[in-house]
Amino acid sequence: MFSLGDLYQEVIIDHTKAPRNFGKLEPCNHDAEGYNPLCGDQLHIYVQVTDANIIEDIKFEGQGCSISTASASLMTQALKGKTLSEFKDLFDAFHAMATADMDDKPDEEVLGKLAVLAGVKEFPSRIKCATLCWHTLKSAINDAAEPARTE
Amino acid sequence: MNIQAIRNDFPVLHQELYGKPLVYLDNAATTQKPQCVIDTIRHYYEKDNSNIHRGVHTLSERATAAYEASRETIRGFFNAKSTKEVIFTRGTTESINLIASSWGGQHIGKGDEILITHMEHHSNIVPWQMLCERTGAVLKVIPMNEAGELDMDAFTSLLSERTKLLGVVQMSNALGTINPIETMVQEAHAVGALVLVDGAQAAAHMPVDVQALDIDFYVTSAHKMYGPTGVGVLIGKQALLEVMPPYQGGGDMILTVTFEKTQYNDLPHKFEAGTPNIAGVIGFGKAIQYIQSIGLDHIVAREKVLLDYATAKAQAFDGLKQIGTAKEKSCVLSFVMDGVHPHDLGTILDREAVAIRAGHHCAMPVMQFYKVPATARASFSIYNTEAEVDALFTALTKARDMFA
Repeated sequence: MFSLGDLYQEVIIDHTKAPRNFGKLEPCNHDAEGYNPLCGDQLHIYVQVTDANIIEDIKFEGQGCSISTASASLMTQALKGKTLSEFKDLFDAFHAMATADMDDKPDEEVLGKLAVLAGVKEFPSRIKCATLCWHTLKSAINDAAEPARTE
Repeated sequence: MNIQAIRNDFPVLHQELYGKPLVYLDNAATTQKPQCVIDTIRHYYEKDNSNIHRGVHTLSERATAAYEASRETIRGFFNAKSTKEVIFTRGTTESINLIASSWGGQHIGKGDEILITHMEHHSNIVPWQMLCERTGAVLKVIPMNEAGELDMDAFTSLLSERTKLLGVVQMSNALGTINPIETMVQEAHAVGALVLVDGAQAAAHMPVDVQALDIDFYVTSAHKMYGPTGVGVLIGKQALLEVMPPYQGGGDMILTVTFEKTQYNDLPHKFEAGTPNIAGVIGFGKAIQYIQSIGLDHIVAREKVLLDYATAKAQAFDGLKQIGTAKEKSCVLSFVMDGVHPHDLGTILDREAVAIRAGHHCAMPVMQFYKVPATARASFSIYNTEAEVDALFTALTKARDMFA
């Protein structure tokens, strides 16, 4: 059985208390609002993508629980300098990790530091907290008209 | 009052989660069900299951008798004048929608005003917004103060001859505030407005006499009163219900049907189209009898002791801020904690087997007022103990330490 410590690992507490890349990004050429109606988490993601489809810079703002804040913080760290196609691969890998069977081990080679969030799969009501930022970034990159939602 | 004996009436309480005894403090969302309610519903399905009204066979007669006996129990509990005034619905939400649709559709027009309070549950906001959109009426909101009490001066000045209905929650599910219903009804009636009281949170925790309070519409749900989900009641004054059009058409709400014309059934059946939640209604009646067997006076006194105990602990807890500190309140301890989001509190407490709620409690305007995205809420009931309150605060300490 997963324990609380598997969810609230030190890295997550650290990113909650001192989120990286927090704030508004100016200028940015894509941004989107994300909203988790279940718990009221609100997220705004700003991203600057170059003509060569590279995520040059990325920041986020908002208020949310520790899982959503840490997840957004870790995501921005992981994606800076990555291509949009790498983002798509990471999105899929992250989603797979968060919704995987209990026994599946996260692919740490692909996910790197993001693997610390693997514990959410044991806490079904918290999976959406971890995935909200990823959905929001996807909306931003696709220039979606509607805010991202996790359901 | 013997709390241990009461606890023994509730089978769900006697289990462990993650190796620790369950501490159920989410009673404002729904209460647990005593064995007698479970047995009553089971007995109905095992022995009496049948459709009610019109049946001439024995099972149908038994089911009808039990269903209508529940109506009488509920009439007596709220002191309605007659069982014609007791309409069964799917719950508080449907009861309010029924009034907004049937009474509102008939009586509300452009420029009329519906007055509600800042602490309403979404179920007493959205149906009125929908009605206002349809009719051009205006929704007005009574403000509240930092303690979570209504601004009664503002209430008085918001009332006018344009006010057609006051919708007010008797006890706030998000704050615990108990509103001064008697005064509000008198003032609203003085300008000719009707009053709808949302008793979903209150009805299991304080006595209600709809005649003494002169309430036009009283609505509540069984599941917050130790009864089953999916059933509730609308108690309305007969004179009002008589002239209101049906809410839904169908079986049981008619006397005669031809393709040219349908003659509607008498009250209360006019508002109970289709086969109702028979087992639910019968279980609801049993739940009311259970409350009566303990006695609301005892319940009020006991729950006050427990809330005072919890409130004292909350005040002494470093970094905890209570949301809702009304002088008149009951059963609800809503709070935020420095450095720990309510949602994280919910998860951490769950692993200590302490069930609380974290979120907006279907009262987003309350969250907006306090400028918080959510609160954590522990809510109490007759079976909760001081030891459980202690367990709550031990778990909160653990959560605080994790994020320290």
